[in-house]
Amino acid sequence: MSLPARLPRRTRRVLHAIATVVVPEAAQLAEPEWDELEGIVAGALAGRPPQLRRQFTMLLQLLEWLPVLRYGRRLSTLDRTRRARVLDLIQTGPLLLLRRGLWGVRTLVLMGYYGRRAAAAAIGYRADPRGWESRR
Amino acid sequence: MSQLRRSDIVIVGSGAGGGTVAQELAPLVRDGVTVLVLERGPRLTDEEFTGHELEMAEALYQDGGGFLTSEGTMTLAFAAAYGGSTVVYTGTSLTAPERVIRQWDVPGLTHADLARRSAKYAEQDNVHLLEPSEINDNNRLFLEGGRQAGYRVEQFPVNVKGCRGSSLCNLGCPNQAKQGTNRVQLPRAERAGVEVVTRAEVRSIAADRTLHVRVAERPTGAKGAPSEWAPGDYTVQARIVVVAGGAIGTPALLLRSQVPVSRSLGQGFTCHPALILVAEHPHAITNDVGHPKSYYVDRAEAEGFVLETCMYFPFVTAKSLMGFGESHSAIMRAFPRLQMILNLACDHAVPGNRITIDREGRPVVHYRFTPPTIAGLVNGTRAAARIFFAAGARRVHAPADPPLIEAADAARIEERISARHFLPGTVSVSAAHLMGGCRMGHGAADSVTDAWGRVHAVPWLRVADASLFPDALQINPYLTIMALADRVAERIRQDAPDLLSSRPDPIRA
Repeated sequence: MSLPARLPRRTRRVLHAIATVVVPEAAQLAEPEWDELEGIVAGALAGRPPQLRRQFTMLLQLLEWLPVLRYGRRLSTLDRTRRARVLDLIQTGPLLLLRRGLWGVRTLVLMGYYGRRAAAAAIGYRADPRGWESRR
Repeated sequence: MSQLRRSDIVIVGSGAGGGTVAQELAPLVRDGVTVLVLERGPRLTDEEFTGHELEMAEALYQDGGGFLTSEGTMTLAFAAAYGGSTVVYTGTSLTAPERVIRQWDVPGLTHADLARRSAKYAEQDNVHLLEPSEINDNNRLFLEGGRQAGYRVEQFPVNVKGCRGSSLCNLGCPNQAKQGTNRVQLPRAERAGVEVVTRAEVRSIAADRTLHVRVAERPTGAKGAPSEWAPGDYTVQARIVVVAGGAIGTPALLLRSQVPVSRSLGQGFTCHPALILVAEHPHAITNDVGHPKSYYVDRAEAEGFVLETCMYFPFVTAKSLMGFGESHSAIMRAFPRLQMILNLACDHAVPGNRITIDREGRPVVHYRFTPPTIAGLVNGTRAAARIFFAAGARRVHAPADPPLIEAADAARIEERISARHFLPGTVSVSAAHLMGGCRMGHGAADSVTDAWGRVHAVPWLRVADASLFPDALQINPYLTIMALADRVAERIRQDAPDLLSSRPDPIRA
């Protein structure tokens, strides 16, 4: 699959901050693996309506700045424990709009991480078109 | 500049409905009747079915399988390809329950008739039960756990031929074993002279029986052959139009069109909202090899749910789990030890759950979860947890707080899993059984078509897909869609002499 252009820089920073909370192993990814993850996310967004892409960018900025109310700092500058706390509060909070938005970002992060063949292999996923024959 | 084409019969869509109608009308070609199938998706070669998750999802599914409802709380999975969603289902082939057809209460539609036609397609598609030697651990554990937990577990008949057990059905069979319309009905129709044009999206249908069609270019690097027609806009003049674009595509197309259709168009959408549930066993099991869907438990009538065996891919599994962070990763790392069950709620047509279109004419699906639907999801999740534990799982992952339920807590399932945990925007609900929107019924006041898919007061316009369902089917729908499409084709053959001799209105510039 050809990889599209990378995400804008400020989007990358927030996505990085969220991704390493959603999938802790993502913090261990080398630069080329990050590029692959981001390419998958960017590719998925590229095929969606412009309105949805705008919503995604706005939501990431909202998530970036919301922690200022509680910690006086942006999400991407918080340590992982505090980032996790913020995301958990949103996920279990009363505002459907935010819950839904985080659910969408989380889905994209999981797509970017587990959509990589290396990640699939690392968790032991072995499906093969040859089916039973591949296990003999 | 729009190019002009003519065809006596135009079929929109090539899935279980459109593919079946194409095959059944193909004999008319011998009599000089022209039949054209317009399919929005691409035609893939056998070699292009690689089984790679994101690659195939992007190639075959609308929005890569992530089409969102307007409320943003559920994703809908449906394909756009030569063969429609029959390319990506698991081939499970059940006949409609008698009680459901009775409740539909459609004048002229009987269960006996649907059962007879379903049997015809079951035979045509090589539907049979898999041998015990072909059943993997994921399915066997469901059978054993289900029986031990006191449920009646039944085996799915499936429509495969030469299945190698790749487990990749939902990404399009890489071994061409699944007998969808792309393997059976469409090739037969084409051999008989039916023309199939892919990458051809019908934008609207006019009252003078012309279709406005846009043929897309093959995007650079994309899978599938270029369209059989040159890219561009076309005006296709027809005498009979059969719309079989699925429960989202068909209502959306008719809403964009200038034909007088009942005000109930788009209403009554149902979809069997589903949760993928996961449990961890102490040792590795065969799960990502072998046919993924061999057994089910039908509790639709009594408790509003159906459980089915299933096996999904890394990303789909990851997004289906609750939460994030270390506990989520721990479950993912246990992939070779995971057992999976699909929990489908049997929803009902209610006011408000419907298809509309936006300003660009794109479909918009409005869906809110009713209390009975949530109850079905809760009941099904509890039942799945019982089956998992009875099968020997050491922990179950489900909508609960926290989402991991240890075996020591197996006796507290009712307490741990309750409706308050099914919070929209937190639980990943998806649906692939999309139904309704052009319901069959008595007349234009309550429905879009009659029992033969004839749009009320528009004799040349027919519907032949799951949008005809007046309410949820409560089982996997494809065989019933084929049976209904068979009826639609039969009535077209009867009406053809009249409809084909009547002259459509001249095309207006």
